[in-house]
Amino acid sequence: MLTFLARRLLATIPVLLVVAVLVFLMLRLTPGDPAAILAGDAASTEQIARIRASLGLDQPVIVQFGLWIGNVLSGDLGESFYYKTKVATLIGQRLEPTVSLAALTILLAVLVAVPLGAIAAWRFGGWFDRALMGFAVMGFSVPVFVLAYLLIWFVSLKLGWLPVQGYVRLSEGPLPWFRQLVLPSITLSVIYIALIARVTRASVLEALGEDYIRTARAKGLTEARVLVRHALANAAVPIVTVIGIGIALLIGGVVVTESVYAIPGLGRLTVDAVLARDFPTIQGVILFFSFVYVLINLLVDMSYLFFDPRIRY
Amino acid sequence: MNRKIIAAVLLAAAAGTAAFPASAQDKVLRVVPHSNLAILDPIWTTAYMSRNHGYMIYDTLFGSDEKNQVKPQMVEEWSVSPDKRLWTFKLRKGLEFHDGKPVTGEDVTASLARWGKRDAMGVALFTFVDRMDTPSSDTFRIFLREACGFLLEALGKPSSNVPFIMPKRIADTDAFKQIEEHIGSGPYVFKRDEFKPGDKAVYLKNAKYMPRKEAPSGSTGGKLVFVERVEWNLALRDAQAQVNALQKGEVDILEQPSFPLIPGLQKDPNIVVYTYSPPLQYMARFNHLHKPFDNPKVRQAAMAAFAQLPFLQAQVGVKELYKTCPSMFTCGTPYASSFGSDIQSKSNMKKAQELLKASGYDGTVVVLMKPTDLTAIDKLPDVAAQLMRQAGFKVDLQAMDWQTLVGRRAKKDAPDKGGWNMFLTAWQGPDIWNPIANAALDTRGEQSGWFGWGKDEKIVELRNQFMRETDDAKKKKLAEAIQARAFEVATHVPLGEFDAPLAARKNVSGLFRQTGNFYWNLKKN
Repeated sequence: MLTFLARRLLATIPVLLVVAVLVFLMLRLTPGDPAAILAGDAASTEQIARIRASLGLDQPVIVQFGLWIGNVLSGDLGESFYYKTKVATLIGQRLEPTVSLAALTILLAVLVAVPLGAIAAWRFGGWFDRALMGFAVMGFSVPVFVLAYLLIWFVSLKLGWLPVQGYVRLSEGPLPWFRQLVLPSITLSVIYIALIARVTRASVLEALGEDYIRTARAKGLTEARVLVRHALANAAVPIVTVIGIGIALLIGGVVVTESVYAIPGLGRLTVDAVLARDFPTIQGVILFFSFVYVLINLLVDMSYLFFDPRIRY
Repeated sequence: MNRKIIAAVLLAAAAGTAAFPASAQDKVLRVVPHSNLAILDPIWTTAYMSRNHGYMIYDTLFGSDEKNQVKPQMVEEWSVSPDKRLWTFKLRKGLEFHDGKPVTGEDVTASLARWGKRDAMGVALFTFVDRMDTPSSDTFRIFLREACGFLLEALGKPSSNVPFIMPKRIADTDAFKQIEEHIGSGPYVFKRDEFKPGDKAVYLKNAKYMPRKEAPSGSTGGKLVFVERVEWNLALRDAQAQVNALQKGEVDILEQPSFPLIPGLQKDPNIVVYTYSPPLQYMARFNHLHKPFDNPKVRQAAMAAFAQLPFLQAQVGVKELYKTCPSMFTCGTPYASSFGSDIQSKSNMKKAQELLKASGYDGTVVVLMKPTDLTAIDKLPDVAAQLMRQAGFKVDLQAMDWQTLVGRRAKKDAPDKGGWNMFLTAWQGPDIWNPIANAALDTRGEQSGWFGWGKDEKIVELRNQFMRETDDAKKKKLAEAIQARAFEVATHVPLGEFDAPLAARKNVSGLFRQTGNFYWNLKKN
């Protein structure tokens, strides 16, 4: 077990290194000049050249990479060209909104999707199953921003129940924090409800055909107990996998929702950094996303031990 | 989860208390600025957001009123020697920086010296400056090598880079490095600890600020502050979300609503849409270094094809918000005129076609850069491409994001090697309202400060005369001559003017603008 853990952790190093090299090179191939962006619209070519030199962008790419990777290895992600702030500080400032949004979204999605998917499998072919599959298709098809605008229009502007934008930190009180995140979480969760419900349905459906289910029913257990304790528990591995992937995707992929609801999270930071060609921030954020992705995958793999005793590492 | 549970959750959330009680909220002005604030040094960059940040926390020696006249701000009185080479300025009594230290002449001269290394007009001014000194703590002097006709205009220039006054220890920072401290003597104090890049910037009322007695006008007059706190919402960048927030009352001011959303805002009884002058001006800029626009006759043909109305109709659309303007200087400002503009204003497509034929144009493809992500100017290149094709040009309309365009336009390479031939942009009125500030009229070839690198000795000579001229009537004549020559050699093409309205909740009063928005004199009822 410990050997597995150590091996997996060590395996993250080459992954992150490859990501670092690729991101660095791709950014240097991207058109756009951070110095010209920083200097402003009325700046002269000479001023831009001086800013470029001050950022070290006039040095050969290999030298720039050496300096950056050296800093990263010593735990320093560098300083943002655009904000003149440490990239680690920027990530720290933006982490809470994104993690809050991702956590609430996944919580909502799991609470809704897993029971719905299990019931759909239990009532396979019935009206509930067909309705859920119809909802799943719709959930996948409706763009997030359309749903967001519809919810804002109805819940915030028509009913006046919730704010249309913004984020309140948890330290300012759980209720204001929750209030700000209700609509974004509902918006984001729809697609994950669709995804998790479909996977749950398929997994439970498969489990319901197994011999141990017949045995459980023969023992006289109630249908609810059969469904929850036997079918759902044995269908957990693919469900947990898709939830894990969902969390990882949410951490790095909530750009549209963060933009529409004006949540200053990591997604928004990434977009701003890309638009400003803020190389250190883009590099730092993508490295961070990669690390989170690898870590969540590792946690998902570890969770298999809990859900399926047959699995050994 | 059934509907009742969802409704209960929503209602519980809705019952959450707001962050501030009602009375406190009246003292907080929540603003959605036109862009993100990233750079806090308004001398280091020409970005308008940094300039607006500067106006919050710094004060200026002079300013420009709403009639574009230079008026004193931090300066109490000033005098000039008969030969116009020695200028003596006395500061107002009681000026104090946010750290409690008095504003002195040394702070002023250090601030001007730094500004003079970055700003185009400042650089021009400092070619005349021999030295500066401070005979007493509240007095400073500027010694010129020769008389200069734009000293006050430069010190009172309202747009980037504005000569903001900082404490000497901050102003001594290398002009090519960003300042680390943000202390001014202006009407607001910057809350550095609450500044979260991309999220929000906070300014508190400077209780020690001593406003002038005169009524506020442009960037001059009494900067009275009636709110305790101004919050710039930097996270709210989606155009529709901005409007939603304004309609819901979650923000008080929206600096630059998107054009298509303005009619909807105008119908909302709780919102007022303000339009102000001076307007902004659209501009097409040629790259004078490369074919085909290294040939002035080809540039003239393009200029003749560029009737202003199609650009304005396509880009702005709302008729009340745009107007044609025959001047290269913002219409309605002192140097605006129609001198020499016939080639554009009285031209038509047939004339453009004739001019292009006569120019010897060899069919070189024009690389026209189109920014797809900047909704304020993204339709202009399509119109330009269409009009040029009608005139007989071959056009390669290349789509890119604005930041790519900004990087590419700084390159002097040939268009087929990563360079360019033309781009279109917009200028705020004060940035182009005189021949020195108007960057497109710097025609020193590759020595020019701005992209396009136009070269014309006659304009250079006329600009030099303008800089030295101290008589207003003669300056006006020189500005007319510069404009006429600029139309003749087609340095660039003015494409008409438009207003970028501001929208505010009805309970906000006292709004006025000149360059962007000023957040003094505002009341929230």
